[in-house]
Amino acid sequence: MNSIILATVSRLLTGLLLVFSVFLLLRGHNLPGGGFSGGLVAASAFVLASFASGFPAARRLLVVPPRVIMGFGLVVALVAGLAGNVAGYPFLTGLWDTTLFPVVGKLGTPLFFDVGVYFAVLGVTTLIVFSLGEDSEEED
Amino acid sequence: MNAVTLALLTPLVTAVLCLLFLRSLPLQRFFGVAGMVVLLGVSFRLMAEVGGGHIEVVRFGNWPAPFGIVLVVDLLAAIMVLVSAIIGLAVAVYSLADVDARRVRYGYYAFLHFMMFGVCGAFLTGDIFNMFVWFEVMLISSFVLMCLGGEKPQMEGAVKYVVLNLISSSFFLAACGILYGQTGTLNMADLAVTAREMRPELLTMTAMLFLVAFGLKAAIFPLFFWLPASYHTPPVAVSAVFAGLLTKVGVYALMRVFTLIFTNDILLTHGLLLGLAGFTMVTGVLGAMVQFDFRRLLSFHIVSQIGYMVLGLALFTPLAIAGTVFYLFHHIVVKANLFLVSGITQRYGGSFDLKKLGGFYAAAPLVALLFFIPAMSLGGIPPLSGFFAKFAIVKAGLVDETIFGAWAPFLSAVALAVGLLTLFSMTKIWAEVFWKPAPEGHAPHRSNVPRGERWLLLAPVAALAGLTLTIGLFPQFFFDFAVRSAEQLLHPEIYINAVLGGTT
Repeated sequence: MNSIILATVSRLLTGLLLVFSVFLLLRGHNLPGGGFSGGLVAASAFVLASFASGFPAARRLLVVPPRVIMGFGLVVALVAGLAGNVAGYPFLTGLWDTTLFPVVGKLGTPLFFDVGVYFAVLGVTTLIVFSLGEDSEEED
Repeated sequence: MNAVTLALLTPLVTAVLCLLFLRSLPLQRFFGVAGMVVLLGVSFRLMAEVGGGHIEVVRFGNWPAPFGIVLVVDLLAAIMVLVSAIIGLAVAVYSLADVDARRVRYGYYAFLHFMMFGVCGAFLTGDIFNMFVWFEVMLISSFVLMCLGGEKPQMEGAVKYVVLNLISSSFFLAACGILYGQTGTLNMADLAVTAREMRPELLTMTAMLFLVAFGLKAAIFPLFFWLPASYHTPPVAVSAVFAGLLTKVGVYALMRVFTLIFTNDILLTHGLLLGLAGFTMVTGVLGAMVQFDFRRLLSFHIVSQIGYMVLGLALFTPLAIAGTVFYLFHHIVVKANLFLVSGITQRYGGSFDLKKLGGFYAAAPLVALLFFIPAMSLGGIPPLSGFFAKFAIVKAGLVDETIFGAWAPFLSAVALAVGLLTLFSMTKIWAEVFWKPAPEGHAPHRSNVPRGERWLLLAPVAALAGLTLTIGLFPQFFFDFAVRSAEQLLHPEIYINAVLGGTT
């Protein structure tokens, strides 16, 4: 698609969407949002970029192949879940730090779990969209 | 870390490792097999922990039941995880020689382990909605395995498989929704208590929704038609693991809900199961008789054998339930084994068509022996596992006092007749593939498969055949587990106390 309007707007929107996705990720613990919707919004930023300037450019924008992002997300989520085991509780038990940080609030393993979900969703969605959109034989 | 968590984390970690090392075939194959070995070890530990009759409960996230999601391991769940791990390992080894490099590069092992993750989760969970999620994990991975490779017949089979399973999932979801709306809980132990206060007709209706949802997955009559239409299309390793495990997850789910939650109107619900079991057995075996494709024939036999398991569940006596548990164990091993053998004959002889195969008895006597053991076991010939499985269920129908009156012995007679027809089907394969002289230009040759690959194909088949033989020779040891598991299933208060005991 060769539209100058789309190309210009997408450059702005991609950054905006990514910031918004992080916002969703962070507010997700007690309010609507979280890793899943944050990841979807982040993925939509890259999908928009791919529509505006093509799939190779969108892949370059993503830097790391989607598959690796997906694997990384799963590993982060797993480690966050295992932290409960290390502390002697069942798997996935949330551990919280009591100090308040600016912007983020209290830190705890559920946040890291959500970060894992965020990357897993981002990886899966971009993998699906890129594979469907590209005609190439080789995936990522 | 306890064995319950490990049983879920092992396949997940393996799948993630396979994803991360997607480019390296040797590493993927190594992780693919090593993951199954670890899972097998973990499931033995699980079995050892609950083998004594103790029910193990793990509260994920440390939320108390019935609010959080619990994993509940009773004897049945542990047995199922153990058998799944055995089949998983056999198939992973077999895949080394059977699944081509292209499929491995596209994530075959990753999805095989994701599927095992879903299967183990479905067995271990104590929450009905969580079970739905595990079913989805299992199904979506199985969709991928079904399509992987993208051959035309595969796609045709996959469309039927995917559509029917999605319909079944929506029934499952709707049923969960109704239960939750009525009782305000999704924890199965809690449901078993609160469902008694539901309006009986509403409870029965929900039971019917679950029957349709799980019945589709277990392939019982009249919802079985997707199975023979799709199971013969993917690579042999995939159809073996599907044939062994996936429909049995449906049977397991049926057993769980129809022993724990829906026991208020046994005459109606279990009576219906009884009738369906009869039709399932008969239509499956009749369908198999006219088939000449090795795997399609075996697929129809899955349907027929599911009928026996449902029959045991429907009779609802200690012996019948024990028979069903034993049948599950025996059937998973034997059926996966037969599918794996069909792959070997295809590699040696170049076809799945019984008419184009022949002369194996002379050309490959070892393969003939390895087919003979599971086939005769499926037909129910005495020293093998199938005999004891059928014996327990048929005897339960004839001897036990059930509320179905004369119908129970009648269905036992049907089961015996179906057993005879099963034997007929197996002898048909035997006569066509092994005894008949090879047709012109289709002589089987061991040399069609390189020596190294040959052993990778034969070793898992031989191990499973050995297991069938062991179950058949020492049935008491295995049947004891089935009996104790049936005791737990028929006394839901044990399960309920184990889950809710600490909190209410």
